[in-house]
Amino acid sequence: MDVGVKDMILAIVASDKESIESSSVPIFYVQDKEEGERLALLVSKVTMGMVHYLGSGIYVIVKH
Amino acid sequence: MEKEIGVTIVISLLMGMLARIYMMRVDTRQYPTHPQGIVSHLTLGLIASFLGAVALPALWEKEFSAVTFLALAAQQFRDVRNLERQSLDNIELTELVPRGTAYIEDIAKAFEARNYMVILTALFSSIAAYVARGFDSSIFVQGVVAVIVGYIVIIIMKLALRRTLIHEIADVIPAKIEFEGPLLTVNGVVIMNIGLENSRRIFLDKGIAIEIIPKNEDASATLGNTGQRQAIQHNASVQLGIRKDVDEPDFTPVARRNPDNGNVVMALIPMYEDVNLLVDVINNTPVLESAKRKTLISNRKGDEI
Repeated sequence: MDVGVKDMILAIVASDKESIESSSVPIFYVQDKEEGERLALLVSKVTMGMVHYLGSGIYVIVKH
Repeated sequence: MEKEIGVTIVISLLMGMLARIYMMRVDTRQYPTHPQGIVSHLTLGLIASFLGAVALPALWEKEFSAVTFLALAAQQFRDVRNLERQSLDNIELTELVPRGTAYIEDIAKAFEARNYMVILTALFSSIAAYVARGFDSSIFVQGVVAVIVGYIVIIIMKLALRRTLIHEIADVIPAKIEFEGPLLTVNGVVIMNIGLENSRRIFLDKGIAIEIIPKNEDASATLGNTGQRQAIQHNASVQLGIRKDVDEPDFTPVARRNPDNGNVVMALIPMYEDVNLLVDVINNTPVLESAKRKTLISNRKGDEI
């Protein structure tokens, strides 16, 4: 049987420190959209999660 | 007499086997696997066929205890279903796009039913031979009658076990992939949020999509079943090949339903981009027995699906 965390946000990539805050999920702050895209990809490859874009430079990596 | 019984049993046995091989050929596209899966199913078919073939001769010879073997047989073939279910469950984790439990259950049920079909074919063949003997016919005539009746039973069972395919309950048409910001949409229906720019580009460049339009209310309810949609996703990805690896959830095909009209849309990135092939594959996907629905609306209209 496959046991694991599902449908949960594993990490957040954000460019604006003011717009997002979390005490449980790691947040990676980046300078611009290009870096955000690259970092989101890297984190998603490590976690096997999927990258979703929420606008305003915020990416969430979710395990489905 | 001895010789006649022998001939009856052998002919019924062969007819039963023929039934199994015939059904195997029809479905080899999806399952079972070659070559071990085929061999084990043919062997089980042989056992089923033998049980069907000897049932009547045993009764005729007043060997009533032989009937208890039929109970054993029923148990045996329930196990066939369990066996199939377990083995498919076990390999489910290794599939890029899983079959889903509903599809697995459907396949397992089909294998059980096919074994019963084999028993019935063999049984009716041997009954036919006995009836022919009642008319004082020669061994040759008995054999011919058994073969003809066996063949008729195979045809009837084949028709009875025939699965409905998607094209009988719905129209499948090519559809258009578009993005609304990060949202992947097919013909205006939102499928999912694709965050990465690169993935979006691949969808636009290489993706193909279809829309499944149900023909009536029953079909709409059937297509709403998530097991049915999973089966569609699985069949499409297996038969077209999918451009995806385990660490690329972005490219998982997802069939989403338009809640307004019950249409189902799906986008897929196959290895070979031919939307007509995709339409063909979806058209020939079986409608799962467990997903079939009969709505009150269609009952009132007197529609048949």
